[in-house]
Amino acid sequence: MKQATREAFGATLAQLAAQDRNIVVLDADLAPATKTGETRKTAPQQFLQAGIAEANMTGIAAGLAVSGLKPFASSFAMFLAGRSYEQIRNSIAYPHLNVKLCATHAGITVGEDGGSHQCLEDISLLRVLPGMMVLQPADGPETAAMVKWLAQQEGPAYLRLSRAAVEQVYEREPVFDPKAVPMLRPGQRIAFVASGVMVRECLEAADRLAEQGIEAAVYDLPVIKPLSTDRLNDIIAAYDRVYVAEEHLKAGGIASAIREEVLEPGKVKSIAIEDRFGQSGSVQDLMEEYGLSASRIVRRVLADEAAGEGKTPAARITIAVPTAGARVQTGSIG
Amino acid sequence: MKTSLLETHSRLARRNIVEMIAAAGSGHPGGSLSCTDILTWLYDCRIDLTNPDRDRLVLSKGHAAPALYAQLAVHERITREEMLSLRKLGSRLQGHPNMEDLPDVDMSTGSLGQGLSAAVGMAWGDRYLGKNRRTWCVCGDGELEEGQIWEAAMAAGKFGLDNLTLFLDLNGLQIDGSVREVGGANDYRGALEAFGWHTAEIDGHDFAQIEAAVQEAEAVPGPSAIICRTVKGRGVSYMENEAGWHGKAPNAAQLQQALVELEA
Repeated sequence: MKQATREAFGATLAQLAAQDRNIVVLDADLAPATKTGETRKTAPQQFLQAGIAEANMTGIAAGLAVSGLKPFASSFAMFLAGRSYEQIRNSIAYPHLNVKLCATHAGITVGEDGGSHQCLEDISLLRVLPGMMVLQPADGPETAAMVKWLAQQEGPAYLRLSRAAVEQVYEREPVFDPKAVPMLRPGQRIAFVASGVMVRECLEAADRLAEQGIEAAVYDLPVIKPLSTDRLNDIIAAYDRVYVAEEHLKAGGIASAIREEVLEPGKVKSIAIEDRFGQSGSVQDLMEEYGLSASRIVRRVLADEAAGEGKTPAARITIAVPTAGARVQTGSIG
Repeated sequence: MKTSLLETHSRLARRNIVEMIAAAGSGHPGGSLSCTDILTWLYDCRIDLTNPDRDRLVLSKGHAAPALYAQLAVHERITREEMLSLRKLGSRLQGHPNMEDLPDVDMSTGSLGQGLSAAVGMAWGDRYLGKNRRTWCVCGDGELEEGQIWEAAMAAGKFGLDNLTLFLDLNGLQIDGSVREVGGANDYRGALEAFGWHTAEIDGHDFAQIEAAVQEAEAVPGPSAIICRTVKGRGVSYMENEAGWHGKAPNAAQLQQALVELEA
């Protein structure tokens, strides 16, 4: 079944709100899109419409937390992480208030709305705030588990959700373990550590690589901060190369975060968006154009294999794979 | 209302403000002294710091932190020694108020324009939870140039928050000059009324006027704003109406002069 993580988020939150009267759901006039509108059906008294005023919404959420409530504030990633950044920083993160920031429409898979609405930098922005948790589920079932877990946690958190529907990764709702980096597929020499919609792409890429005799492992990284550093060290130690795949700018994103913490940062390769804004297009075309599709991932791995990457670290070079029909070429995908 | 006690407390608070800023070597005396009578009245007449279910204050103009800490000293929530630790490493008295350091601080503030939104959330939350208490907020006039204030004002009106009262500390000066020059000659009262607020305009150094305006604010439906004409640096002659004393500490001689002027 295909489902967007925002759909599972909205349904789960609506269910939780009906059970816990301390949950208050805030939105800034995007409730049908963020899916917080579901709470209006189950617990209308617990839905706070802030209007198109995201900075004020995050401030109100801070005040609700001061009053002992459990606010979940939602908007598109661009307007929550972007427009409200300093409000999140000073009114929520600085006093470590119990506000859950639930950003939908993150990344390039926003699609046709284009670059103004595709927030490719939110992980960078949020993960540098002391005490801020940053999470990103791979599919609907993991989203449901994650949202239930989050509702029981004290402290600020940023939940990164997507617009586009993705095939399920988990057959049923997993038991959410914030320290886990679940292995979804075994492999040798090469592994993908993926988050969000990239988990599906990496599973697909691994299937295609297997046809060419390359068995790549796939791991799901649902918690971006705090990182499970010990677990990641073990994973990285077990392979020649570990590709960290993220629907985000390379600068400051998940691969950066991992390299900052692990024992063997040189084995961490980045599959991410180069220094470039998004643009309008179908989800499929954008994933291809920005180097995030399964086919682009396969080409990247094969190019690295041909160059002998990972075997002789001294000879490590960046491989620039030309992109067919790229409208703007501002760098390699590597 | 015990006028003599209020006057004693406000004088003591002003002494605390200049002493702690002098000890810190930096801070914001002008805007702390302009809202001192408002805070003195609130902490004497409405906010009982010993009551866990008390009314709460968001000092949105967080640079006036010394005015808040001065009240905590007056009401013996912090010692004189701690008061003089303002702005020093490891002190609970941060340059701008942080609720995590000092439990008597109800909201962390300092970045202008953000406090009123938090106050709206607190008032909404209290009403939702059926708590019978009021959220007070104090904003400066320079701060009204921040757009988020007007988002919050619109939301408070829309939600009809009876339990929210905003004091505007209109001292007329900001860092770069007069508020009229920097931000424009704006009708803040008219703007708030347009967003559904009840308003009153008073002398923010007159306790009788503060009390009358609060009683009116508590009686009317919806959010209420008490627009206070104040004097920046009030109580210290050489600081009064001087934009230069927005963010500067007095030296030893200036401190002595201030304390002489603020003798009981």
